[in-house]
Amino acid sequence: MSIAEKEQMVIEEFSLFEDWMDKYSYLIELGKELPLIDEKYKTNQYLISGCQSRVWLHAELKGDKIFLTADSDAVITKGIISLLIRVLSGHTPKEMLEAKLDFLEQIGLKEHLSPTRANGLSSMVKQIMLYARAFQIKMNQ
Amino acid sequence: MDINQIRKDFPILDQKVNGNPLVYFDNAATTQKPLTVIQRISDYYLRENSNVHRGVHHLSQVATEAYENARKYVADFINAKESKEIIFTRGTTESINLLATVFVPWIHAGDEIVVSGMEHHSNMVPWQQLCEKNKARLKVLPVALNGTLDLDFLEKLLTPKVKLLAVTHLSNVLGTVNPVKEIIRIAHKKGVPVLLDGAQGIAHTKVDVQDLDVDFYAFSGHKVYAPMGIGVLYGRSAWLQKLPPYQFGGEMIDDVSFEKTTFSKLPYKYEAGTPNVAGALGMEAALRYVNETGWEDILKHEDALLRYATEKLENIAGMRIIGQAKDKAAVISFLIHGIHPFDLGTLLDQMGIAVRTGHHCAQPLMDFYCIPGTVRASFGLYNTKEEIDIFAEAIEKAVSMLR
Repeated sequence: MSIAEKEQMVIEEFSLFEDWMDKYSYLIELGKELPLIDEKYKTNQYLISGCQSRVWLHAELKGDKIFLTADSDAVITKGIISLLIRVLSGHTPKEMLEAKLDFLEQIGLKEHLSPTRANGLSSMVKQIMLYARAFQIKMNQ
Repeated sequence: MDINQIRKDFPILDQKVNGNPLVYFDNAATTQKPLTVIQRISDYYLRENSNVHRGVHHLSQVATEAYENARKYVADFINAKESKEIIFTRGTTESINLLATVFVPWIHAGDEIVVSGMEHHSNMVPWQQLCEKNKARLKVLPVALNGTLDLDFLEKLLTPKVKLLAVTHLSNVLGTVNPVKEIIRIAHKKGVPVLLDGAQGIAHTKVDVQDLDVDFYAFSGHKVYAPMGIGVLYGRSAWLQKLPPYQFGGEMIDDVSFEKTTFSKLPYKYEAGTPNVAGALGMEAALRYVNETGWEDILKHEDALLRYATEKLENIAGMRIIGQAKDKAAVISFLIHGIHPFDLGTLLDQMGIAVRTGHHCAQPLMDFYCIPGTVRASFGLYNTKEEIDIFAEAIEKAVSMLR
């Protein structure tokens, strides 16, 4: 499934929710469910300082695809991370770099990606794209 | 005090956020502005705008007079002896930076500056940087777990090497109202001048600089219903006269030639460049509003809100209120066991409630309590008990979602 198709799936999933409470309860559930990152990566080296909530991110190249794991100390942030990972992880660097990621806007969570929110998510997306670029350069060598 | 009338004076409060009536509990960050303030600024630009001082024409004289009257009003508001002791700045942070800059020649290698452990970064970093530059030492008066300062320890800290004590009047995180009169008395006994960070104190205590006998008092207009971008450094005139100028340029000069420049008298010595006249007039209007509403009533009202909120919040399971001083005002910081403040703040926002989450620009204090931050509700004269009820219910709802 392409990144765009996965984004579409998330949008359809969220269209079922009638109010903000359902939406956030689902995000919280997603946040709680997933052991997102290996404990050994939950160190300062992998920390993206977001000021309000902290985010840890690890990216790994397997074959020609990047696999992402991440975590946060805030559960709503973690829920959004799990959406981002679901959409992006397991794709090639090229696919990731071309991703629009406008599904967060469509499901009404765009403000969480704003840098002024200081929750580490916008830095996280930036960091993912940096990884993608670095892996792309490495693969082309 | 008619709270319904007061709320009408602040039209911004009457709006919906995410479909719910706005509950504005972020007053320690900035307060809303009454109509009289908004009108004063607009009137100035509609009818009086002109550059102040030295203009011979009519409008310049009108603007100058209004600006100087505002200074006089501020001086009376904090009971300064003379209006020349009121320096207009951009806000508390600039006031403190101004002082830290002009204090440079006063601080020598080996000297000490004392701050408290509950300072906002704005009343710590400027002193830390000055100490670094001048090879002086920054010493910290520690905070006790309940959020108070230990005055016995203060006496021991104030050695002959100490050149300044900089401490907050009212903690923006803990809500503690420090016993500043006693602190100043102790410091003066040891010959140490005192700067009070009045960013919060100006809005929630009756400030009387002569009664406090304080040397410097810094505050912002926007925390006390005035516009952003205007603030004050009060300085005892004996001090301001002997300290050097801050910035150089227009207005603050007396006589200029390429060989030498002499500087103006107070307060102009510290007001280089075109000042924020509209801001100063807006500040006067805000302080008038406060005076006309009645200090006693405002403080009583805010105290009742704080007590009511504390009582309500204490009933919530897992509640931990950060800052348990006996003397508190208008600010309540808390954490709920197992819940990240950011998550709680996000859900409260969905319910139309504006609170602040995070470290509140007091990272050393967060480190002291070993917490990532707090959720902070802070009250103003227009808040109500009903809003606190909504707030408490919203917290319960958010907690049930997050648990």
